[in-house]
Formats: sequence, C-alpha cells, structure tokens
Amino acid sequence: MLSPRFLDGGGTIRNRVIVPVFLAGALCAFPAPAFAMHISEGILPLSWAVLWYAVALPFVAWGLRDLRRRSEETPWFKPLVGLVGAAVFLISCMPIPVPSAGTCSHPSGTGIAAILIGPGLTAVVASIALTLQALFLAHGGITTLGANIVSMGVAGAWVGWGVFTAARRLGLPWFAAAFLAGMFSDWATYAMTSLELAAALHGDGSFTTMFSLILLAFVPTQLPLGILEGFLCAGVLKFIRSRRPELLRTVPAGGAA
Amino acid sequence: MKKWIPILILAGILLSGSMPTSGRAASWAGVDETVIEKFAEKAGRPAWKPFIDTEQGDLLLFLFLLAGAVGGFAAGYLFRVLFPPRKKNNEGC
Repeated sequence: MLSPRFLDGGGTIRNRVIVPVFLAGALCAFPAPAFAMHISEGILPLSWAVLWYAVALPFVAWGLRDLRRRSEETPWFKPLVGLVGAAVFLISCMPIPVPSAGTCSHPSGTGIAAILIGPGLTAVVASIALTLQALFLAHGGITTLGANIVSMGVAGAWVGWGVFTAARRLGLPWFAAAFLAGMFSDWATYAMTSLELAAALHGDGSFTTMFSLILLAFVPTQLPLGILEGFLCAGVLKFIRSRRPELLRTVPAGGAA
Repeated sequence: MKKWIPILILAGILLSGSMPTSGRAASWAGVDETVIEKFAEKAGRPAWKPFIDTEQGDLLLFLFLLAGAVGGFAAGYLFRVLFPPRKKNNEGC
C-alpha cells in the first residue's frame, strides 16, 4: 500500500512517481547489447586516433584536477560524481529502439552530467565509461577511445553546459533550460562523431559532403532520441530540485534558487 | 498531470519496440552499424574485431548483464547516500 505522502488530494499517484517509474521501466525492458554512437575499433587511421587522444587528454586532466579541488570544498561531491558516472555508464549502454527509423541508439547522459558536476568532470566519467565499454562490451574501441571521449565527454558535455548556462542567463525556466541542454548535448555528440568520421575518411572527396551525409544519416534516429534526452535531463533536474536542492549549489547560472 | 502527457506519449512511441512505422522492416540495428560502419566500409576502413573479443555466444550478453547489475548497484547505493529516505513525521513518537 502506498504511503499517504505519495498520494495527492485526489488520491492519484503523484506525477513525480509515475513518470520516472514509467521511463525507468520502459528503458530497462531492452536488455540487448547496445551499439550506437561509439566509433568502432580500427575505423580511424592511426594519425587521427592519436590526434583525438591528444585533444581529449587535457580535458580529462582538467576534470581530475577539478575533482580534487571540489571534493575538498564539498563533502557530498564525490558521491555525486560516482552517481553521475554510474548513470552515464548505464545510459550510454542502453539501446533504445526508434520505430520511425527502425534502428537503435542511446542517449549519452552527458548533458545532465555536465549540469550537475561540470563539463570537466563529465569528460572524466565519460572516459571511464567508454574505456569499460571498449574493453569488455565490444562497444567503441581502444584505438578510437580518444575520438569517442571527445564526442561524448567533451563536445556533448560542453554544449550541454553552455546551452544550460546561456538559457538560464536569458531568463528561461530551469525545466526549459535543462531540456535544451539535454537535447543539444545529444545532438552535439553525434555531430562531433560525424565530424571525426568525415575528417578521417573523406579521402579525396569533399569533407563537407561526407560530413553532411553522415550527419543526415544520424537524423532519423537521433532527432527523436535527442528530444527524449532533453526530457530525461529536465526530469532529473526537477527531481533533484524537489528532493535535495542543495546539490544544485554548484550548478551554473542560478544555484538552487 | 497534463504537462506530463506529451512526455509519456513521446516515450511510449520511442520505446514501443515492435512498432515499425516506416515502410521498411525494422532491423533494430544500432546506428554504429547502419551509419558509422557503413561509411567506414565505403571508405575502405572496416571495423576490426575488438581486442578482447567478447562477441562469442552469450558471453557479451552476460557481460552486459554484469555491467548493468554492477552499475545499477553503484547508482542505487550512491542515490541512497545522496537522497536518504524521508523520515516520517510521527517517527519516534
């Protein structure tokens, strides 16, 4: 029997219970291995693989320094980073069928991660998640790890964080800002993947044409999934604001207010 | 509840796995296969086998299950640390 605090005046279960339970249940109903945005092993030539490692490394190093500094300031920061890391790992493993495209893909979770722990630390948690997936889950690759970190942990995180900060400064409500951050972080991840592939594989052809073709090929799947990720991001932030707003003290543009 | 209706509809459409709405049959392949690997093969860079080849029989399924269980446990444990259950008003009376 449900506790009275879960019931509103009309006797219906509160929205905040229904929606997360519905989403979690629906998402967990697909246990098949996920194969999505990660660039598979061996696809990138060595020079490009090394370049993307070099691009990713400073962001990860900066994130690690950020973790040490912020953990000393805030006692609950490490558990928050752990929770966000586990969530990013699970979300980026989760295949979601998109009926309009007949394919599967996954959200990245880096939009909400960037809002909660910052874009630097999002690169760290994304790199850990991607390394585990590349080693044990045949998802991504070791040679393409740098490129995958840049697309998911750097581009996705910074775009999500930037959109959220800008939207809040423009006076948009929390829910709308979080929605936009989640949606654009997802799309930015796939746009960056398209750029990485086009840059490495266009050969004698036009980079712009190949980039556009790859980006367009992602659209039927990622357009709806980006919108879903927007709602996921907004829902998580709404939950935290209602349950423990002090966790949002370090969030840009407005804190927990 | 009204504001959640679009979310539920959208999620329902996205997550209704056996409902191909396009003309072609749904294969449910990942976009890495339908997009990334397709373009890579055209460019003469097919994907390699993973260094640790876990795509053997049900091994990958087991590893995904293990990863989900460990990740889920970690997430649940830390969630409880950060969001402890609310105390009832009459507790201790």
